[in-house]
Amino acid sequence: MVTKKEHILSLLREVHDPEIPALDIVELGIVRDVRVHGKQIHINITPTYSGCPAMQMIQNDIIGTLNKHGFNDVAITTVYSPAWTTGWLNAEAKQKLKEYGITPPQTVNEAVVTLPGSEMECPFCSSHNTELRCEFSSTACKSLYFCNDCCQPFEHFKEI
Amino acid sequence: MKNGSDHGTKNVLVEFLLRLGDDRLILGHRLSEWCGHAPILEEDIALANIALDLLGQASAILHLAGDVEGKNRTEDDLAYFREATQFKNLQLVEQPNGDFAFTIARLFFFSTFNNLLCDVLQKSSYETLAGIAAKGFKESSYHLRHSKEWMLRLGGGTEESHRRMQNAVNELWRFTGEMLVFDEVETELQRLNTIPDLSTIASQWSGAAAAVLTEATIIIPFRQKDSGQAGNHAVSGSRHGFHSEYLGHLLAEMQILARSYPDAKW
Ligand SMILES: [Zn+2]
Repeated sequence: MVTKKEHILSLLREVHDPEIPALDIVELGIVRDVRVHGKQIHINITPTYSGCPAMQMIQNDIIGTLNKHGFNDVAITTVYSPAWTTGWLNAEAKQKLKEYGITPPQTVNEAVVTLPGSEMECPFCSSHNTELRCEFSSTACKSLYFCNDCCQPFEHFKEI
Repeated sequence: MKNGSDHGTKNVLVEFLLRLGDDRLILGHRLSEWCGHAPILEEDIALANIALDLLGQASAILHLAGDVEGKNRTEDDLAYFREATQFKNLQLVEQPNGDFAFTIARLFFFSTFNNLLCDVLQKSSYETLAGIAAKGFKESSYHLRHSKEWMLRLGGGTEESHRRMQNAVNELWRFTGEMLVFDEVETELQRLNTIPDLSTIASQWSGAAAAVLTEATIIIPFRQKDSGQAGNHAVSGSRHGFHSEYLGHLLAEMQILARSYPDAKW
């Protein structure tokens, strides 16, 4: 028997971060809580980064998706505590990132272990002959690397 | 105090939140001016991302300030419909960008401060503020590392880059003093146990800044009271709304759209 909350959570997995389409907002850890009171649904979300420009779009997508499935009374609250961490990404999510061409963040037991520096594995050719070009990339949550073997730039989902 | 709404402490808490929010809003705006102008593409993207982090932090903090104040003012109202004298940001952050060395030195000075402050505030008993500070701490760690690396690169780089970095530090030093001074606003919040003790930040900042400047082979300027140099007086008063002429110009640009088209929607 699937509870209503589990049902809502499964619907929310249809919503993806527009900047990292490989992951849905549940596995990315943006959805923090779902509360169901009769027809009313209350969802807590947290931004990955304070200035994440995708948050407004994600809120609209949540409402749109739930409306599509017949849930019309949806309230969303942005919460800041606990602060979002890449430690919430599980092994499956990291694998998806890798397949998408973004090297996943390094974590052990939800703890951020290393800061980006050297020896990041190239997602295209698996070479470790890579170098950090910039701690910031197309979005705040990624840093920019360059592979000296296949001469491709690639992004790393940085630890935070 | 858990919700920040206790009568009598409200004003002082709003004041503190405006100081926090305005620092980040104004520096975020200054950094955004680099968009499309940075020396290399990677740096353009880095500065824009840092600006975005700071604007995001400002938005969350000013939203909270509006909530605590209870006069139905949103973060946008606070950003776009206050006058210069009502802004409580440091003069440090409102100064024009100058050259790249100036922008980096300022970012380094502020990020060192932001990182220390957020580290303390994330232990605040005021849960909403603690949550915002916890995010700010993580983000400012990246800003700090990025600006520190540039300090070392420019300070220890060519003769020209070294000269420019030394000039930037000399020019900015007099703005750093008031950043490290806390007054009755912070003292009152500490007394109420809303925020933890901030008294160690000044010495930690000085130690951290000195270590990087030394490694970057940059000479640390004297504090004004030691140097007595004319025209190089330390600034003060911005926490009470006293600003340089530059804030007015910045606000004119930042606020014009919202003021000309008050109902404009994206
Ligand atoms: Zn490669």
